[in-house]
Amino acid sequence: MESSKKIFINGSFLIIESLARAGAEVFIGYPITPANYLYLYSSKRLPLTFHAPDEITTLQWMSGLSASGKLPITATSFPGFALMIESINMAFMMELPMVIILAQRLGPSTGTATCGASGDLLLVRGMISGGYPVPTFSISSFQDCWDIPPKALETSVKLRTPVIILTSKEITMTNRSFDLNSLKEIKKLDRKFYESNENYIPYKPEKDFVPQFLPLSTTKHQVRFTASTHDQKGILQHSTREALENTARLQKKVLYNLKNYTYFDYQEDGYENLIITYDVSSSVSQEAVRELRNEKISVSLLVVKTILPVSEIYYEIISKYKRIFVVEENLSGQFCEILFGSETPKNVVKINSIGNMIGIDQIKEEVKKNG
Amino acid sequence: MDKQFFNSNKLPFCPGCGHHLISQNTEKALSKLQMDPKDVILVTDIGCHGIIDKFANFHTVHGLHGRSVALAAGISLGLKNKKKKVIVFIGDGGATIGMQHILEASRLDLDLTVIIHNNMLYGMTGGQASGFTPKGFITTTTPQESRTRNYNICDLALSAKASFVARVIAKPDFSDIIVSGIKNDGFSLIEVLELCPSYALKMNKNMKLSKILEDLQEEEFVKTNPNYKWDFYTNSTENLLEDIKIFEKKYNNNVNKTLCIQISGSAGEGVQTAGEAFSYAAILSGLSVNQRGSYPVTVGVGFSTSEIIFSPENESTYSVNTPDIIIITSTDGFSVNIEKLKNFKGILYLDLSLQTPQTEAKIIRYDFRKFGPKNSAIFALFYVLKDLQFFNIESLTEALEKLNLKNKVSFEKFKEDLNF
Ligand code: SF4
Repeated sequence: MESSKKIFINGSFLIIESLARAGAEVFIGYPITPANYLYLYSSKRLPLTFHAPDEITTLQWMSGLSASGKLPITATSFPGFALMIESINMAFMMELPMVIILAQRLGPSTGTATCGASGDLLLVRGMISGGYPVPTFSISSFQDCWDIPPKALETSVKLRTPVIILTSKEITMTNRSFDLNSLKEIKKLDRKFYESNENYIPYKPEKDFVPQFLPLSTTKHQVRFTASTHDQKGILQHSTREALENTARLQKKVLYNLKNYTYFDYQEDGYENLIITYDVSSSVSQEAVRELRNEKISVSLLVVKTILPVSEIYYEIISKYKRIFVVEENLSGQFCEILFGSETPKNVVKINSIGNMIGIDQIKEEVKKNG
Repeated sequence: MDKQFFNSNKLPFCPGCGHHLISQNTEKALSKLQMDPKDVILVTDIGCHGIIDKFANFHTVHGLHGRSVALAAGISLGLKNKKKKVIVFIGDGGATIGMQHILEASRLDLDLTVIIHNNMLYGMTGGQASGFTPKGFITTTTPQESRTRNYNICDLALSAKASFVARVIAKPDFSDIIVSGIKNDGFSLIEVLELCPSYALKMNKNMKLSKILEDLQEEEFVKTNPNYKWDFYTNSTENLLEDIKIFEKKYNNNVNKTLCIQISGSAGEGVQTAGEAFSYAAILSGLSVNQRGSYPVTVGVGFSTSEIIFSPENESTYSVNTPDIIIITSTDGFSVNIEKLKNFKGILYLDLSLQTPQTEAKIIRYDFRKFGPKNSAIFALFYVLKDLQFFNIESLTEALEKLNLKNKVSFEKFKEDLNF
């Protein structure tokens, strides 16, 4: 075995290097804490960087670059993300691949820029008018900073859709020692455009409900991208059957292909207690599980990395357990609400916190009290 | 080559609408330029003018209200191909909501041509006033005349250094202006004043576009600025990991379980850097480290805390219940920890200047600020390391070297004072 090669870096560093290796070509951004390191490293590493004057422009420029065949990424936090939402709807409707990294911080509003949180999940879940899901990944460790972003980029290309990577200040601005040799090789994405001589129909779906992509640089076929309700040709329609089918397909493609981009980490230990978590709470949960097991209390752990849409695999796992603990760094228990609805079932315990990272002892106490 | 630019002669606008003239003149200009339709990208947005894309034989992109200029900017940046022509159709409503995008494209002199369909009101939504509605104009939302003045978008674009700006009253043939705009290798803005018969003409009887211009003391014109060329920002490295510092274990340590040190002081006094130096030292001593910073947004004001978790295990944890050691070097660092200290049972290293807090901790006092505020945090860490001997103090000295800090702190004085 090769000896370890220790480096000391923050999570942003790994996120950007992994995306660059996977084939991200352009970063467009507007500075915002805690996403600034992502901007900084991108400007050094990505083939192209453009400095947008605001976050609406960011998403529009990204869409234009995506339509011309490039793979753009950006990084922001809630205040900037909120400005992007209308344009994310546009990119979702036009079916433009791109990656948006949402480095969460404490809200509401401008909240505390330098305080971590996992408070934007419900916003992301509901941001598309009509409630359509956008593939959303969550980074829960430094290893994930390397492994997850390329998968997010690949999903965005394969599904022709914007995707979101959720992370937080605790990853993007935290420094850690890390073994360089633990980084797996990343292959550059092999991207294919429509090649046939047959007339190109921009929104005609393949078997997986995803239409083939052709950038605006082509001279072979006419290409259309349309933000309003449209038919397969990309022509505006009020509400014809074909157009509504096309709109409904946007949900279908995200759900139908979900099995190909469902990533999670599941450690089984008996069927009594299951801790479900994501993002920054994963590490404390992992610690709590370790300590509880040392005390001979059996606890299983499910760290969710593909967080939206919710995979049925998660429900299969959940169904095996007597008690469920959902650990997340927000006040209301957003993922718990997505999983179980507004009324928390009796066997489900929410473990939440704002402004402070959830403590290992807090989790242990809850498990012991309810277990 | 298929040189038909539109697939129908019947365009989708109300009879007499000025939009007809703009579409026809655009088509004429493209023919004069002998463009291949598939080298043309028409970007439209919301408003009556946007319905045109259905009739186009070129590439079409139909976006959000007012955002078409930014979307087209992205396309222009992405294509970077002089043969391709990106044209934007936008209304005065869209130009109002998306004015920043027009100014930005002007400032950067991006290669695209924007044609503003300025009928001085919002046609599609029912004839409301826009930022382009002139004083005295009647719209459905200003039934007793508009009381406010209008934007002069051409002046704005010119002052933002757009390289081609024209104002023209819609007329049967103004295609040469569009030809010049498209030919310009930079940002071209053409404001076309035109009429919406369905609203403007009904409410403003006998209105004449030339009269409106005259009242505004404005006129038709073509003005230019020099073309502005700039290089794209490209990467300075092909691999971020290439130049990164590798830490080889050089020193031994006396740490047999995960420990956490928290140091709090004032922003601007080098707390984060000191934390980083201590982390380097721990890694050089074969430990794994997690270092979190906590501070207000403003750099240089208020408290600054660095939390260093170090562990003999392969991977350090990301968080602990409570630190084992807290170091406080200033009043800012003190105030932010008052609550936390109440139940704190570890060791508290406190600067001499600070009052004794309510705490269950063992308190050790020292004058950490004796070598000046900027030295306080790093000096305190030297002190603690000397005291608790987690690892060789040499490692911290080497960490300072690695961070190019050794000459920036009063290192020799530390050495003398602490006798190492
Ligand atoms: S409503 Fe006005 S702007 Fe719209 S098509 Fe009719 S005349 Fe033209």
